[in-house]
Amino acid sequence: MLEIRDLRSRYGRIEVLHGITLNVQSGEIVTVVGANGAGKTTLLRCISGIQPVSAGGIIFRGETITTVPAYRRIRRGITQSPEGRQIFTNLTVEENLRLGAFLFSDDRVDRDMEDAFQMFPILREKRNLPAGGLSGGQQQMLAIARALMGRPSCLLLDEPSMGLAPLLVQQIFDVVSGLKARNVTVLLVEQNAFGALKIADRGYVMETGRITMDGPAEALIADPRIREAYLGI
Amino acid sequence: MSELLQFLFSGLTVGAVYALVALGFTIIYNASDVVNFAQGEFVMLGGMLTVSAYAAGLPLPLAALIAIVVTAGIGVALNKLAIEPARGAPVVSLIIITIGASIFLRGAAQVLFGKQIHRFPSFSGDTPLRIGGATILPQSLWVMAGGIAVFIALYLFFTRTLTGKAVLATSNNRLAAQLVGINTNWVMTLSFALSAAIGALAGVLITPITNTSYDVGIALALKGFAAAMLGGMGNPKGALVGGILLGIIEALTAGYLSSQYKDAAAFVIILLVLFFLPQGLFGARHTERV
Repeated sequence: MLEIRDLRSRYGRIEVLHGITLNVQSGEIVTVVGANGAGKTTLLRCISGIQPVSAGGIIFRGETITTVPAYRRIRRGITQSPEGRQIFTNLTVEENLRLGAFLFSDDRVDRDMEDAFQMFPILREKRNLPAGGLSGGQQQMLAIARALMGRPSCLLLDEPSMGLAPLLVQQIFDVVSGLKARNVTVLLVEQNAFGALKIADRGYVMETGRITMDGPAEALIADPRIREAYLGI
Repeated sequence: MSELLQFLFSGLTVGAVYALVALGFTIIYNASDVVNFAQGEFVMLGGMLTVSAYAAGLPLPLAALIAIVVTAGIGVALNKLAIEPARGAPVVSLIIITIGASIFLRGAAQVLFGKQIHRFPSFSGDTPLRIGGATILPQSLWVMAGGIAVFIALYLFFTRTLTGKAVLATSNNRLAAQLVGINTNWVMTLSFALSAAIGALAGVLITPITNTSYDVGIALALKGFAAAMLGGMGNPKGALVGGILLGIIEALTAGYLSSQYKDAAAFVIILLVLFFLPQGLFGARHTERV
């Protein structure tokens, strides 16, 4: 479904992605794990189109989208829940969700919003409050729900567990693994390698802008090098 | 008493114009954090273009409509030619660009329309209406009605339409706006078109009372800016209240002190607001958690 070929990207003169190649098959949950600063977020920003690519290509459903502007990639089925949540703090929870479906104005918008409220009941309670007043965990739920409102076939999740209490982390991961049943393919970027690998089908390990290992998630969890470097066991 | 009422009427009329200019500031500021100092030139262009179209023999309503549409087009051109290419530049640079654009527009107007003072007739005659011992021009009622109509229209646009919310979303978080599929360049273009059209409307409404010339824009921009600051930059309600308050304060200063000090009122207000109330009367509340 999604194929990244030898992708390079830079901030100014400093290259941070040195040729990333990976693929995501339809229906999979694929995770990219790695330490802070490995380039995981930059990779997702390239895929969603808000970070320019300096070389290489991004192929989505057989079409090269490397130069398609970010706002047009949503229509093709890629939505992102970005790092740091990036919700619209001046708008209400409900308006945030409605804007997630900015491209649509049919009956399905209401149904999708109802789904989102079922997935995260706290959002229903706070639907008319400014999103800027939500707690960190609630903002994360809103960011994921908003990305789902865009009817993704491929959802990009950037650090959904960052800064959350352990109980909430588990809830978020449960939601992500539940997305499979909705035919949403997921590319999940995480520092919480253990949590991410537990729900993923396959994983990639990223270090300083390069993919250093990849394989089925269970194999990565079992690998002694991964256990030592990322899982702390 | 009738004297006070008279001052209030003239304050409300001028205040409605300041409110329209301030609303123009608000829209562009909301979409981009830029204070567009060419806003006053939009008012000048609205008046001037109506004068030209009316002089060419068109009926007044049509002339006014053409002026508003053409000014909106100039607003779009300003965004496309001067603001958009500088995307990523600090806000201060963008503000300086708008100052440059205002000087350019003023110069071009001077060449095209000449230096004389222009006017066209009032919409509903010049017979003053008597209310409670004071008089008010029918055109003043047009100005006030215009101010209120634009405010209501903008309020509905920002609270009831998805496009309006897309503008608010873009101002709040441009990156996230792109990620939900909003074309943020288009939002900017829309904001400039809307602001310019509102400025031009103010010019059309006020010209029969104050007349117009190529250089009326700069004073209006500064007064409108003072009004927007007083109300709280970025807040439509603040723009309306700030504009009307400023108009009334000016009229009272002119009436009870001296008309020589009239223009000073706006600048004293800017200073007082900056010293004591930097957020303005309706300034943004900060309740964000990170």
